[in-house]
Amino acid sequence: MFKIVKKEMMTPTICRMVVEAPRLAASALPGQFLIIRADEQSERIPLTISDFDAEAGTVTIVTQQIGASTSEICSYNEGDCFADVVGPLGNPSDFVTMSDEELSGKAYVFIAGGVGTAPVYPQVKWLREKGAKVDVIIGAKTKDLIIYREEMEAVCDNLYLCTDDGSEGFHGLVTGLLEKLVTEDGKQYNQAVAIGPMIMMKFATLTCKKLNLPVIVSLNTLMVDGTGMCGACRVTVGGKVRFACVEGPEFDGWQVDFDEAMRRQRMYNTEEKEAAEHHVCRIGRGK
Amino acid sequence: MANRIPRVAARAQDPKVRATNFEEVSYGYNAEEAQLEASRCLNCKNPRCVGACPVNVKIPQFISKVAAGDFAGAAAVIAEDSSLPAICGRVCPQENQCEGSCVLGVKFEPVAIGNLERFVGDWSLENGGIEATVAPSNGHKVAIIGSGPSGLACASDLAKMGYEVTIFEALHRPGGVLEYGIPEFRLPKSKVVAREIEKVKALGVKFETDVIAGRTITVDSLLDKEGFEAVFIGSGAGLPRFMNIPGEQLNGVFSANEFLTRNNLMKAYRDDYDTPIHAGRKLVVVGGGNVAMDAARTALRLGAETTIVYRRTEKELPARKEEVHHAMEEGIKFEMLTNPVEILGDEKGWVTGIKCIRMELGEPDASGRRAPVEVPSSEFVIETDSVIMALGTSPNPLISRTTEGLEINRRGCIVADEVGQTSRKGVFAGGDAVTGAATVILAMGAGRKAAAAIDTYIKSK
Repeated sequence: MFKIVKKEMMTPTICRMVVEAPRLAASALPGQFLIIRADEQSERIPLTISDFDAEAGTVTIVTQQIGASTSEICSYNEGDCFADVVGPLGNPSDFVTMSDEELSGKAYVFIAGGVGTAPVYPQVKWLREKGAKVDVIIGAKTKDLIIYREEMEAVCDNLYLCTDDGSEGFHGLVTGLLEKLVTEDGKQYNQAVAIGPMIMMKFATLTCKKLNLPVIVSLNTLMVDGTGMCGACRVTVGGKVRFACVEGPEFDGWQVDFDEAMRRQRMYNTEEKEAAEHHVCRIGRGK
Repeated sequence: MANRIPRVAARAQDPKVRATNFEEVSYGYNAEEAQLEASRCLNCKNPRCVGACPVNVKIPQFISKVAAGDFAGAAAVIAEDSSLPAICGRVCPQENQCEGSCVLGVKFEPVAIGNLERFVGDWSLENGGIEATVAPSNGHKVAIIGSGPSGLACASDLAKMGYEVTIFEALHRPGGVLEYGIPEFRLPKSKVVAREIEKVKALGVKFETDVIAGRTITVDSLLDKEGFEAVFIGSGAGLPRFMNIPGEQLNGVFSANEFLTRNNLMKAYRDDYDTPIHAGRKLVVVGGGNVAMDAARTALRLGAETTIVYRRTEKELPARKEEVHHAMEEGIKFEMLTNPVEILGDEKGWVTGIKCIRMELGEPDASGRRAPVEVPSSEFVIETDSVIMALGTSPNPLISRTTEGLEINRRGCIVADEVGQTSRKGVFAGGDAVTGAATVILAMGAGRKAAAAIDTYIKSK
C-alpha cells in the first residue's frame, strides 16, 4: 500500500499529492511517469511524476479530475493509501545523460499546458542546476487554473503566462505567445519542450516547426501495464510504430502523428461514457 | 481387461451456457471418475509418458495411487517433480506430451493424464495435501524476477532448501501469465492460481509486487546494494507482435495481450471493476495458438460474434486440441488457410473490416511444416468491428538493456545453459525469457533446474 502523506487542491479540479513510494522515488528521473491503481477495482492510470525525493522516499503527483478514475484518485485524502503505485516508467528525458558543459550553452523553452505544467517542473529544476538557460510558458484557460506559478518562478529564468480569456498574462494560446517571444522579442532557443494536452502539443509542434525550433513532446497515451506488454500506447513516430511506454514517453515532436495519437486516445470513450452513466460510486470503500 | 474401459470424459459446462459466462469450462473428475480413469493405466514397465513429460513426473506411480484411492500419496509422487499440478493439469498440451505417447493411444484413447493430474492437484489444494518441509534458514538471499511459473517453481525449491527468497513482480498481482494471460474459464484465479501462490508464500517466500526490473530496480542493484547473492530472471515473453500491415493503427485493433490483460488481470468482464474493454459486435482474432483461442473465447463471452483467421489448416493449429475443440463447440468461426493483408476503417478511424487472402500449403519450410503461400487474386473482406492480433510474443528487453554483460540472442531471448546459468556470474534465467513463448510446464521445469544450480553456485562460493 502506498500512503498519501500530503494533499492539496491546487484548483477546484486539480490536486497535488505526495505519496510514499520509496523504491520508485529512489530510481525516478525527469521525464518519467508512473501508474496508479487507487483500489482493487480501479483502472491502472498513467500519471506524470511531478517531483521525487529519494531521501524522503516520496513522489509527487498532480491529477486533474477528468473521468471516473481521476476523480477517484482526487477523492483520496492524507493518510489514505493507494493500492498500487508503480514506476518509474518510460525513459528519462534525453538531457539527463548530457554533461554540464553541453547543457550550459543551451537555451530551452518549455511550453506547459494545464495539468501538464506539473511534470515540466522537475525538468526545469534539473536543467537550471546543470547550467542551462530555461524559459517557461504556462498556458491555462483562465487565471484560476494556472498551477506551479511560484514553484516555476523560483527555478526558471523567465516565466511567461498566458490565458485563453486574458485574465492573466498574454491573452491567447501558448502558440501565439511562443511565436511572439521568438519573432517579436528576439528570444533565441535551441530546444523546445511541450507538455500538455495532445491537441496543445500538436499545435505547439506546428509553431515550433514554423520557427525551425526542435521540440520534444511527452505523449500521454492509453496504457495498461506500462512495461511494453499491451501495445495500447502505440504511436506512429517518423512513420514507425513505437510503444510510448517503453520507447517514450518523450519523442521528437516533428515526427509524431498527432492526429492518429488523438484518435487512439479516444479508443474507450464510448465505454467510459457508459461507465460514467452507470458509475456506482465506490468512494470511501476499501481504503 | 482394464484397457477396455473407455476414457472417462471430464464433465463440462454446456457450450451454449458457458459461451455467456466466465466460469470454468471443465468440471474435472470427481473421486470415482478419477479412480475409474486411473484404472485404465497399464502401468507400463518402460513408461513412455514419463519421458515425454518435460519434468518427468512419475506418471504411472501417481496414477496407481489414484486408482487405489490414495490421493495424498498421488500428490506426494507428483510433488517430487512438479510444483503446480492443479495448473499443469489444466494447461499442459498433454496430447503432444504424456498423453501423446501413451501406449493405449495407439489402439484406443490415451489415459487422461491431464485430467488425473488436475484431480490430484485440486484434491491437495482442497485437503491441504502434503506438508512441505522447509529447511532452517541458511541466511543466503536470492532474488527472483517475475512471479510466473518459472519464478514460482524456482522460489519454492530454494525456499525449501532454506534460502531467503524474494520475488519481484512488475504487475500488481503475482502469477505472471497465469494471472494476466490465461482466462478464468480455463484457469480459475482465486480457486487455483491464488491458492498455488499462497502455498509458495507459506514456504516463507516474500512477494514484492509493483516492482519493475529494469526500471524500479536492476539486476545489479539487487546484487550490489540489496545483498542478494544470486538472481533468477523469469520475466517471461510479454512483448506482443504485430503484422505491420496497413490499418493496424486503427481504433479497434488490439494485441491479444492488451485484450486478455484487461479482461483477466483487470477483470473488465466484471461490473464491479472499472476497466473498459472493447469487443464490438463482430470480432476477428488473427492467429492459431492458445492465446488466439483464449482471446476469441473471451470475446465471445463478452458478446461478440467471433472469427479466428489462421493461415494454415486445422491440423497445424498450434493450440491445445482441447481448446480448439471447446472453441468450435462454443460457436467460434474458423477461417483456415486465410491471411490478413489489410485492416479497413471508416472516416473516423475505426475498424470496419479485415481484408484477407486465401492461402494454400506449399513446400515444407525449414521447420518441416508446409509453408502457406498466397492464392493469387483470392482477396476477400470479413466485416468486423475489432481485430485482435495473437501472433506470439517475445521477451521484454527492459532487463537485458539494463544489465551489462547479459547476453541475449537475436530473438531477444536471454542466453542460458541447460541449468539456467547466463553470461553473468550469479545471474540465472529460465522460462519464456530464455526460450521465447512456450509452455507453463517447461517454464516450471527451468525454474526448478535453476534452483538446483543456484544452490550449487552459492554453496561453492
